[in-house]
Amino acid sequence: MSDERKTFTLDGQDVEFTEGQTILQAALASGTYVPSLCYHPEFRPHGSCKVCTVKVNGRTTASCTTPATAGDTVELATDDLKDLRKNLVQFLFTEGNHFCPSCEQSGNCQLQAVGYELGVVSGHYNPLFPSRPVDASHPDVLLELNRCILCELCVRASALVDRKHVFSLSGRGITKHLVVNAESGRLADTNLSVEDKAMSVCPVGVILRKRRGFRVPIGERTFDTHTASEIALAGARGPTEDGAP
Amino acid sequence: MSSSDRDLAAVLARHRYDGTRLVQILRDVMDPTGYISRPTITQVAESLHLPRAHVEGVVGFYAFFSSEPRGRFRVLFSDNITDELAGSQELRQRMLDAFRVDPDEVSRDGLVSIGTTSCTGLCDQGPAMLVNGRAIARLTPARIGAISSLIRGGSPVSDWPANLFTIDSHVMRRDLLLSAPLRPGESLAAAVVRGRQATLAELRASGLRGRGGAGFATATKWEACAQAPGPERYVVCNADEGEPGTFKDRELLTHHAHEVIEGMTVAAFLVGAQRGFIYLRGEYPFLIAPLEAVLAERRALGLLGRAVAGCAELDFDVELHVGAGAYVCGEESALLESLEGKRGIPRNRPPYPVTHGYLGKPTVVNNVETLLAVAHLAKHGGAWFRAAGTPKSAGTKLLSVSGDVARPGIYEVPFGVSIRSVLQDAGAKEPQAVQVGGPSGVLLAAHEFERKLGFEDVPSAGAFMVFDQTRDILAVANNFARFFAHESCGFCTPCRVGTTLGRQLHGAHRARQGIPPRRQGPAARVAAPQEREPLRARHHRRQPRPRRAGEVPPEL
Repeated sequence: MSDERKTFTLDGQDVEFTEGQTILQAALASGTYVPSLCYHPEFRPHGSCKVCTVKVNGRTTASCTTPATAGDTVELATDDLKDLRKNLVQFLFTEGNHFCPSCEQSGNCQLQAVGYELGVVSGHYNPLFPSRPVDASHPDVLLELNRCILCELCVRASALVDRKHVFSLSGRGITKHLVVNAESGRLADTNLSVEDKAMSVCPVGVILRKRRGFRVPIGERTFDTHTASEIALAGARGPTEDGAP
Repeated sequence: MSSSDRDLAAVLARHRYDGTRLVQILRDVMDPTGYISRPTITQVAESLHLPRAHVEGVVGFYAFFSSEPRGRFRVLFSDNITDELAGSQELRQRMLDAFRVDPDEVSRDGLVSIGTTSCTGLCDQGPAMLVNGRAIARLTPARIGAISSLIRGGSPVSDWPANLFTIDSHVMRRDLLLSAPLRPGESLAAAVVRGRQATLAELRASGLRGRGGAGFATATKWEACAQAPGPERYVVCNADEGEPGTFKDRELLTHHAHEVIEGMTVAAFLVGAQRGFIYLRGEYPFLIAPLEAVLAERRALGLLGRAVAGCAELDFDVELHVGAGAYVCGEESALLESLEGKRGIPRNRPPYPVTHGYLGKPTVVNNVETLLAVAHLAKHGGAWFRAAGTPKSAGTKLLSVSGDVARPGIYEVPFGVSIRSVLQDAGAKEPQAVQVGGPSGVLLAAHEFERKLGFEDVPSAGAFMVFDQTRDILAVANNFARFFAHESCGFCTPCRVGTTLGRQLHGAHRARQGIPPRRQGPAARVAAPQEREPLRARHHRRQPRPRRAGEVPPEL
């Protein structure tokens, strides 16, 4: 079979892909935005947030981890799937303590930006109001766990890039939470440093540099001037401190 | 060096300082109540050269590990719906009152903590509990009184009267697999004589599909593993029987362990594996010593080890791994993660375990019952097996029948039998509904009782929980909502958050009906089946209006 040009259909449109690409990667490369939160172009897809859910030949699956396969029929922007994605983002707002107006990351937060993109105007469900103390022990870094969406990007970056294993997950189900690599449980007692990759991958406002707050004023930040889809399609690796894609 | 340091060093040495054995190591270093202290976590991590946060994450994942001290006696009541219907919540309350503690709270003298755990697989003899990991069935107010006295007396659980820990066997119907036990080595010899390809052909001809629930063709799975590249292969017996309402694997590993392990050895012969694991759920500690004894016996018989059954190219041995309280580890890729000493989080697939399984090597993971069937059909042939059941669901199925029936226990039935016929066999009186396949399965009402067990109609891993006309089905749903919220691994958003929202919704609904949390109100008496409206209509009619402050809750 000649397969010079491999394609699947995405909401009826042919999408080309190269061997090894997942559906999400092929869609982004072809100019179609797929909302996602735990996906990061520099890391192997994780598949946990499920915001990128699509239907492949009628079966619901995460597009970030599903290999693109020639001839597949993929649904992305159906009403059902849009509702599902919106629900999942509402779940994440419900699960943590997200107070956008007073959050240092407002405008640089992917959760907020994807929320706007999907038309999320409220958490919808009764908030769970978890008790998640802030860890301010580190001289240069603040760990604001109230905002954690458990995407494991910091876990992955610290293990795979920094080779430090500063972060890990403990608990399970709704009690799942981020822990740091110290018997005291304090970030100050780990070997995290501000140059680490783990410092720059958080899609929300958990891992923050101290003494940098509000350096870029609200209104001039990445997602104040660009939508989540523009940033994702530009191939940007998430928001930058300068507010540029 | 303190004695606890020496103990830790001995445990680590016994496990060869092997980080893949982390769950086993933690089981051995925890105190009888499951407590593992922060310094112990640090020491284990340093000794195994693992990140401390990784070890902490593993401790935090499994329900039987605790990073907080518990009472010297840790009592966990089985929280399956069948335990609940048999009065477990009243018994638990009786014990909480006796010790004047709240659920999960440690008593002021540090003596006891009382909580719940997911189904302990003793549904045919519930209500049940675990005390410091030891299972006790057939709880009654008198037994609770005796247990409370023993706890007050303070003697270790190992010194308690043996009759407290007796687990009964209730096999109520035997067919192909349970009526004629095999002699150790018998079917393995038949497979070796017949040869690898011919035995695989018999397996294919048998039409055997996996008994864990998904029903994947066993021959297809094993051929894929046999053809996967690389010299190392593994056979894993999934004995993490966690689906609430299922207890048939407990029976099989108690009375048919030789046959199950022989099935594993046949699998090793067919796929070319050198090592095998039995992943036993942590709720079945009473099976550890007997299974180790069977493994030792088979080594002595030349049925495990080098050149098994005289077959020069068959070197195969089996290790027992014990879980630590995690339903999700019954899913094969989560089970493999746990076997590797990690949190039991399911893997993204592809790749599948047949090519990338244990430590990334080709691995077959099969249910206990599947391996028992393999042992029998390796001797009797594919046609013998195929003769029972239906075209799409060959052979027989072991059902774990519990709930409102006169004769709870294991029923081996040919696929294709109706729900009604199982209900009649088990002596169900006025059944309202049956939950087939556990909380993950389906609830069938009376008008569906003619449906047939089988992959083409009602598939099931074997749980069969019966609810009679006196039962409140919403209490069943509430129990299941609680179960899923407790057992969610938490990896994906929909389950992690959705199960908790579901549990809260059920709790809010029950509170509005005036049912105190975690306790069932008086059972509702409803009309006989022929006079009843459909469930849905009845439910809507019974929706109460919101009550005003001070108003007395109506009778349910």
